[in-house]
Amino acid sequence: MADPSTTADRAADPAAGHLGGPAPGDEPAERRLEPVIGLEIHVQLATRTKMFCACALSFGEEPNTRTCPVCLGHPGTLPVPNARAVHFGLMIGMALECEIALRSIFHRKNYFYPDLPKGYQISQYDTPLCAGGRLRDVRIHRVHLEEDAAKLVHEGASGRIHGAAGSVVDFNRGGTPLVEIVTEPDLRSAADAADWLRLLRVTLRQLGVSDVNMDEGSLRCDANVSLRPAGTADLGVKTELKNMNSFRFLERGVDAEIARQEELLRAGRAVVQETLHFDPTTGSLSPLRSKEEAHDYRYLPEPDLVPLAPTPAMLRAAREALPELPAARSERFSTELGLPVDTARMLAFSAELGDFFEASVAASGDRAGADPRELANWVVGELKSSLGDADPTSSRVRPDALAELAGMVARHEISRAAGRQVLEIVAAEGGAPAAIVEARGLARAGEGELAGVVGRAVAENADAVEKVRAGKTKAMGAIVGAVMRETKGRADGEEVRRMIEERIRA
Amino acid sequence: MSDLLELTAAQAIERIEARELGADELFDLYRERAAGEDLGAFLSVAGRDFPADRATNGSADAAASKGPLAGLPLAVKDLFCVEDVESTAASRILAGYRPPYSATAVTRLRDAGAQVLGKTNMDEFAMGSSNENSGFGPVLNPWDRSRVPGGSSGGSAAAVAAGLAPWAIGTDTGGSIRQPASLCGIVGLKPTYGAISRHGMIAFASSLDQAGPLTRDVADAALLFRHMVGADPCDSTSLGLPEPVRDPTAERLDGLRIGISPELASGGMEGVEPGVDAVLRSTLVTVEELGGRVQEVPLPHSGHGLSAYYVLAPAEASANLARYDGVRYGRRAGDGDLESQYERTRSEGFGPEVKRRIMLGTYALSAGYYDAYYGRAQRVRTLIAEDFRRAFEAVDLVITPTSPTVAFGLGERTQDPLAMYLSDFFTVPMPLAGLPAISIPAGMSEGLPVGIQLAGPAFSENRLLDAAHALEGALAFDSRPARG
Repeated sequence: MADPSTTADRAADPAAGHLGGPAPGDEPAERRLEPVIGLEIHVQLATRTKMFCACALSFGEEPNTRTCPVCLGHPGTLPVPNARAVHFGLMIGMALECEIALRSIFHRKNYFYPDLPKGYQISQYDTPLCAGGRLRDVRIHRVHLEEDAAKLVHEGASGRIHGAAGSVVDFNRGGTPLVEIVTEPDLRSAADAADWLRLLRVTLRQLGVSDVNMDEGSLRCDANVSLRPAGTADLGVKTELKNMNSFRFLERGVDAEIARQEELLRAGRAVVQETLHFDPTTGSLSPLRSKEEAHDYRYLPEPDLVPLAPTPAMLRAAREALPELPAARSERFSTELGLPVDTARMLAFSAELGDFFEASVAASGDRAGADPRELANWVVGELKSSLGDADPTSSRVRPDALAELAGMVARHEISRAAGRQVLEIVAAEGGAPAAIVEARGLARAGEGELAGVVGRAVAENADAVEKVRAGKTKAMGAIVGAVMRETKGRADGEEVRRMIEERIRA
Repeated sequence: MSDLLELTAAQAIERIEARELGADELFDLYRERAAGEDLGAFLSVAGRDFPADRATNGSADAAASKGPLAGLPLAVKDLFCVEDVESTAASRILAGYRPPYSATAVTRLRDAGAQVLGKTNMDEFAMGSSNENSGFGPVLNPWDRSRVPGGSSGGSAAAVAAGLAPWAIGTDTGGSIRQPASLCGIVGLKPTYGAISRHGMIAFASSLDQAGPLTRDVADAALLFRHMVGADPCDSTSLGLPEPVRDPTAERLDGLRIGISPELASGGMEGVEPGVDAVLRSTLVTVEELGGRVQEVPLPHSGHGLSAYYVLAPAEASANLARYDGVRYGRRAGDGDLESQYERTRSEGFGPEVKRRIMLGTYALSAGYYDAYYGRAQRVRTLIAEDFRRAFEAVDLVITPTSPTVAFGLGERTQDPLAMYLSDFFTVPMPLAGLPAISIPAGMSEGLPVGIQLAGPAFSENRLLDAAHALEGALAFDSRPARG
């Protein structure tokens, strides 16, 4: 939860909207309702140690082996902030174009729960580390640092504490550094929200601050959803959706909630502000029991910590550590290299593919060869499908080999089909494309050789020739096919077509 | 044998270093006294309840060679965690709790050669001014066993006054070192906030808690303090002291400006006993005889200190004590259901005063009340700090009574929490401002000791100790309770 001043929370003001039901005779019955969506994202930072103690972070170790008196909340222990986590927090704030607070304050957020050893979470409240940023067209409300709770494992079918036969606590995760990112309610559809979250994820990955793995919980997303008449500025009553731990679940959950709210409002009923739990198996949303919801966190400035005032050196270090970010890279690919927007994004949003692409552009150099657009098509097309889920750095295909191959195709030295064949061979066995073309006789069929083959094909497909002459150009395919079969794909389709036409018309 | 009990800690160290006294001999003497005491000062004693330190091969003599504190026995308030030694803050909720680590202050003192003699009784979680709020019974004042020793460091103060320990450490949040020192006729120093690490001190009110020495004289206070100070990587709020702690040697107060504030004297509150006022007046005469200049300084907001304190300290306490939930350590009660575990663990484990303060603090932080209580109290705190800042432009130190009264009777104030809270009237403003203050015995009233408090600017401990040393010499307070 973010501080109570978030825009999404203000939407709870019942006076803010008039969505309790259509005012009589006031609005057209079919007035469109516009979804308003804001996200709250928790990011586990990939530091070596926990937020406030020296315990190593846990990656599936035996339960309760990564603990110490501090993260178990023993009497007399005190938190000591992790400098690396602060550094990562500053990097995130800068990457999201936020203003960095000269002096931010840690607060205690008080509530009783067995996964919270101190009875409070150390978080930030009215003075977060960073505020007021932007990523693409979505404004960032705030970015703050806090500590993760421990993990509760409930026995019983529900997997939730109520109705469980018993619960055990694994404190390994307790105290893991978290950054919470809260957006303004600038998203307008579930697909939009998922798409933006993808951009945020690749941005965080590029920063190297987190594993950003939604399955493992290192990236977690809650959504605030409300509806309002399209074109109005006031915010409707919102609900908070939790537990959407994949892009697909986020999209499904938000869509389901939009549909539910729309149905309520269309029926003249009111949306109740509440927290909803998304069940990925049924795709349904159910209210969290009020006891699982917090009422009053009694925020208190954390007296065990001094205000966090980043020094010029800390700020400089964070700024210098910023890599080129996906949004900027995508922009550069399309404006400087002329790539279509979709291709540019695909390459920029996968750091590895983007790096491979740039390396192949560099290898291509000034030699007459494939231009960046063609190289990009090879990377996002043939290379990507040959890789499957694998990392391009693990492939036998090196960027210079791809550049060489694409160059041969661009110079018409081999056909595109032959090029694909060569790529498959390189991927499977390694080797230099030129040598493979030579050894396998894949060089494009010359005009003399082709003339003979075309002549035979025309002679042997008299029926098709007749049809073409009668204007049924589709029949050409049979003749082209015959030529391609005989040349085993070494011929260029366009050239073959041209030669057949010349011969038939002659 | 009994003349050994008359030695100050510094004198005992001299004898040990001169090979005139065995460290073991002294340790055993005190250990037997502590084990046999009937004031209720100790909750546990080395050798009886936990193995004696004897880190150096079972020998206090070897410990003596370890460092400047020469194996001297040290009474430790039960608020300090000592590894593997039951540490409960005198709360039944922590009965049987043996911490897996030691407080930094304790570790530093041990490294300097001190040996833990025992853990002393106190008000539960340091909440109290009479030691009657202990979960394990009250402590009796060695001057008059029908009276309280003060609190919350009542066990430490009584132990030092009764010759059950050569010296002790305690903690002070609103007066918990100075007030019991005053009521027991010994010296108690509350250092500047941040001078000593709080790591391992079971928290009451984190922005106020500070450890310090309780000793027989000012020189011992300086010596013990010297081995407690220092910034600690385990405590982000610790700073240490910007200069070394010197042995106090001053015998005069020439040129020193001592401020007396009408708000922090008998005019500032009702209920200052005439005997206490008389000791303050005669001390002021002594100050001038020693060359000091007494002048009036206003501390206009300090009278509101108590109100601010009883909002802020409970607010922090309500969060600090939330961790005692029966999940990981300490007492666990209930029938297995989460809520009953919380409710029963906490209602059975905490005493009434602790519950009262948790309730007060929870209320003060609640939505809708925060600004009216916590916010306003913070503003008062800032004003008090500002008062002191201005006062210390005009004077070097401020003098006040430590406690409005001498030791009061057991049970006298237990039914009236507000009367009990008034015990802290003179001692609360300094921790609110983070300032150091020392209480020294300055006279007697009704056969009981009366303490006088000196307070100084942040990190002025050397000045404070020197002035206290000069006054101590001139006042020549030499009364002591009968020793059993």
